[in-house]
Amino acid sequence: MAASIDYESKIPNNVELSSDKRLQRALEHWLPKYLDWWNEMGPTDFNDKEIYLRTAVSVDSAGWAQFGHVKMPDYRWGIFLAEQEPNKKIGFGDHAGEDAWQQVPGEYRNWLRRMIVTQADTEPASVEQQRLLAHTAPSLYDMRNLFQVNVEEGRHLWAMVYILHTYFGKDGREEAEELLERRSGNPDHPRILGTFNEPIQTWLDFFCFTMFTDRDGKFQLLSLAESGFDPLARTCRFMLTEEAHHMFVGQTGMGRIIQRACELMKEHPDSNPREHGGIDLDTIQRYINFWSSSSNDLFGGEVSSNSANFFGGSLKGRAWEMKKHEDHSALEAFKTLEIWDGSKVVSETVPMRNAMNEVLREEYIEDNQKGVNYWNKIIDEYGIDYELRLPHRRFNRNIGVFAGTRFDIDGNLMTEEHWDERKGDWLPSDEDREYIKSLMVPCHEQGKIAGWIAPPNKGINGNEFDFDYVRL
Amino acid sequence: MAEAATAPAATASDRKHYDFDLRPDQFTHWQLSVEGDIARLVMNVQEDKGERDGYVLKLNSYDIGVDIELASSIQWLRFTHPEVKCIVLSGALDRVFCSGANILMLRTSAHAFKVNFCKYTNETRLYLEDASASSGMKTLAALNGTASGGGYELALAADRILLVDDRSSAVSFPELPLLGVLPGTGGLTRVVDKRMVRRDLADVFSTVAEGVKGKRAVKWNLVDRVAALSKFPEVVEEEARALADSVEKTTTPGIELARIAPDYRDDGFDYEYVKVDIDEATRTGSITLTVPDSVGPSNADEAYAAGAAWWPLAAFRQLDDALCHLRLEYLEIGTFCLYTRGSADVMLGIDAVLESGKDHWFVNEVRHFLKRALKRLDLTARSFFAIADEGSCFAGTLLEMALAADRFYVLNDPDSPVTLGTSTMNAGPYPMSNGLTRLQTRFLGTPDSVDEILAVGGTFDAEQADDLGLATFAPDIIDWDDELRLAIEERASFSPDGLTGMEANLRFAGPETMETKIFGRLSAWQNWIFQRPNAVGERGALNCYGTPNRPEFAYART
Ligand SMILES: [Fe+2]
Ligand SMILES: [Fe+2]
Repeated sequence: MAASIDYESKIPNNVELSSDKRLQRALEHWLPKYLDWWNEMGPTDFNDKEIYLRTAVSVDSAGWAQFGHVKMPDYRWGIFLAEQEPNKKIGFGDHAGEDAWQQVPGEYRNWLRRMIVTQADTEPASVEQQRLLAHTAPSLYDMRNLFQVNVEEGRHLWAMVYILHTYFGKDGREEAEELLERRSGNPDHPRILGTFNEPIQTWLDFFCFTMFTDRDGKFQLLSLAESGFDPLARTCRFMLTEEAHHMFVGQTGMGRIIQRACELMKEHPDSNPREHGGIDLDTIQRYINFWSSSSNDLFGGEVSSNSANFFGGSLKGRAWEMKKHEDHSALEAFKTLEIWDGSKVVSETVPMRNAMNEVLREEYIEDNQKGVNYWNKIIDEYGIDYELRLPHRRFNRNIGVFAGTRFDIDGNLMTEEHWDERKGDWLPSDEDREYIKSLMVPCHEQGKIAGWIAPPNKGINGNEFDFDYVRL
Repeated sequence: MAEAATAPAATASDRKHYDFDLRPDQFTHWQLSVEGDIARLVMNVQEDKGERDGYVLKLNSYDIGVDIELASSIQWLRFTHPEVKCIVLSGALDRVFCSGANILMLRTSAHAFKVNFCKYTNETRLYLEDASASSGMKTLAALNGTASGGGYELALAADRILLVDDRSSAVSFPELPLLGVLPGTGGLTRVVDKRMVRRDLADVFSTVAEGVKGKRAVKWNLVDRVAALSKFPEVVEEEARALADSVEKTTTPGIELARIAPDYRDDGFDYEYVKVDIDEATRTGSITLTVPDSVGPSNADEAYAAGAAWWPLAAFRQLDDALCHLRLEYLEIGTFCLYTRGSADVMLGIDAVLESGKDHWFVNEVRHFLKRALKRLDLTARSFFAIADEGSCFAGTLLEMALAADRFYVLNDPDSPVTLGTSTMNAGPYPMSNGLTRLQTRFLGTPDSVDEILAVGGTFDAEQADDLGLATFAPDIIDWDDELRLAIEERASFSPDGLTGMEANLRFAGPETMETKIFGRLSAWQNWIFQRPNAVGERGALNCYGTPNRPEFAYART
């Protein structure tokens, strides 16, 4: 079987796969299972269609974005790590100043494996969550973007599996197989994180997901890109370039829905955009509230011993640790944050290392705000007096100190009864969901677009919007 | 280490008191329900309702308060729901069964409290095993999610362990890799002694913080079975049914188990039949147990009708409760005299009912309760001197208290007659942790002495007790007071740690059992590790856990 796989041409890589017998042997077992998984859980119904996709064939600027029509099962999922820096030193934590680890330190093997598996599990999960969306794509352009995101999440899985195969021995190989066995929403073997078990049924959810949930991925990758375990850091740095595209899809997708709402409001100032097949800004706000709050949960508890362990062990830094921060030990530093003491919100000062989840969440929220500002600019351009916003971080939380207590959209404490009365104002109602679902009618004709979303300003890779992004 | 600073109260004025005898409607952390012959105990620890401030009981982690409810549940079920054949233990949290003793609670507890806490939780685990062995009340640990540390140790006490297979839930012992200590509630012992996991696999298991899940957990015999998430409830029912059907039990109704709690006073506390006196100044105390004027119920049916008021059950529940209060509330009172009051003949009359009625479920339960209470006495790390003075009645069941004591002082004076005695209750129903009776343990080198004593039958006097080797000292009335005073004063002056170690070494002669290993070997190691700088020093693992610091070890091996 080994001889039948031509590694260099089938699997673009910069990890010398053709001379790495160990990795070849691990991939021989895993690759067929991966393809089985894709054929079962990916966007299966479009497997025989040609899609205009970007493929990375090398890490340099010429190679990382090669465009062409390709059938998804033939997509060349590659293994790429950002270029190795010579004499790389560990930048933070208790090992700062030591040579970056090129092998897994035994002491941290289990923690690293857990971190990598948790991150890796989200990659195939999102493909599974999105697998039926293409049927209701509002345009070929959007369908293509969806598939691009899907194949790249597949490649992210490859990237993580490469690390597991190369550095974690038998355990790593077992974990790599289990990544293909867990299934989003499966009652018996669900994906590890709750958010990744909810199906994404509509394109509004998809755009919210790529805006907010993929952005959690960005920040996790940013913090792992600082890791003292160099192969992991390099892998994550390369993944970040792809992740940026996913957020582009989310942010501009939402922007185009908002734009369409504004157009309809201008055309019909006296009626709700819903009456004209659009999505009203209030509904959009409710979806923002839902997805941003559930993505806030993904950063974990406000005060966490794991986060202290991971930082102290030089395994997971802050976002832009080396660029943005000066004290890379963070041992003497403290952070004052708001927590819930069982009856009220209080300020508590905790060791900085234990507050790293919150530090990362703050950066994340700041980044989200930039996207919201972009949307508000669109509304502004139409001269409409309306401002979209992010909900307070205490709103609708299921993880962390604020879980189990009700807070309104501004973070004010409220009773359960009051919450029940008001939650329909803030979170999508069944009726909202029904309405959005009713809009999910396919528009698969080249150059055409559904009525609830505006076309993009420009197409992909210098092409027009009117282009055969998907050959149906 | 935070010794003393945050230790539970240890002076009379601000002593913290616990309630060790709770009923399901008083529970905070467990939901208990009984349906037919199956009881369900669901752990749902309320984070903010720990026994004291300074820690949050996250992820179904426990403190003494959580364990008291568990212990109360088992006792209550055995008497009030004798029809129950299977207890199903599970967790109310999503994907978490129980994550063991709360680390912050341990870190902020004084050493002495910590050891008494561990001992109590160990006794509770053994209660589960005793309920299975003695009352046909089996336990199914239905692990709905990860069981780590003490959570898995709790599961190990069950007859069967079922683990959900959701590709992430595991059983684990993270103590060594994460905290630099050991699973202190019998975990290591039960893994190799009870479940007979191969020692090399047990080694791997105990050093991987995230534990072992799924099929491998079954293969290594860490659990008996795994079941997919969607099938889990169904398999729990199937397993519970099978366990329940494996035993025959009574269908007569249980008894009401009246709640007991001490009446506190400044210098001790009281119950109906048990009185505890404390002298703070000398760090000494006494426990006095009183036998009623008459035997009361003369057969099993009458005893059953008397229920919780039947003297042996009432008095020993009070003794058992008193020991718990002494252990966790009066830590600095180190030396106790054990007194009895009443007629030896009445005591032997009650023993006769305990013996003749043993086939009745209720009498059987009472016998096993007395066994457990006496074990609690054996395992209490205080010096005990039993004092047979005038008016005492160390006979039969009560002679066991004297045999459990470190020394037995018997007043031997014709002007102040003392009556002692034996019954069949000294010949087997109350084995110690080592599996032997107290007489067998006492006369390990001269087994004939046991037969000789039992052959006497009925009551005998101080002189004969001394001849039979029952008395440690048998002074006459002239020497009595001085002899006792000196012995107690001397005892109270010794190093408490030295005494604890010596007594534990001397009390459990004879064979090792899983139980003696749990209490002796394991808790001794654990207590030693818990005191070492590698665990509790400034950069010890237990102290660093959850803080920004990582541990630094002194690597010299002992
Ligand atoms: Fe990704
Ligand atoms: Fe992504």
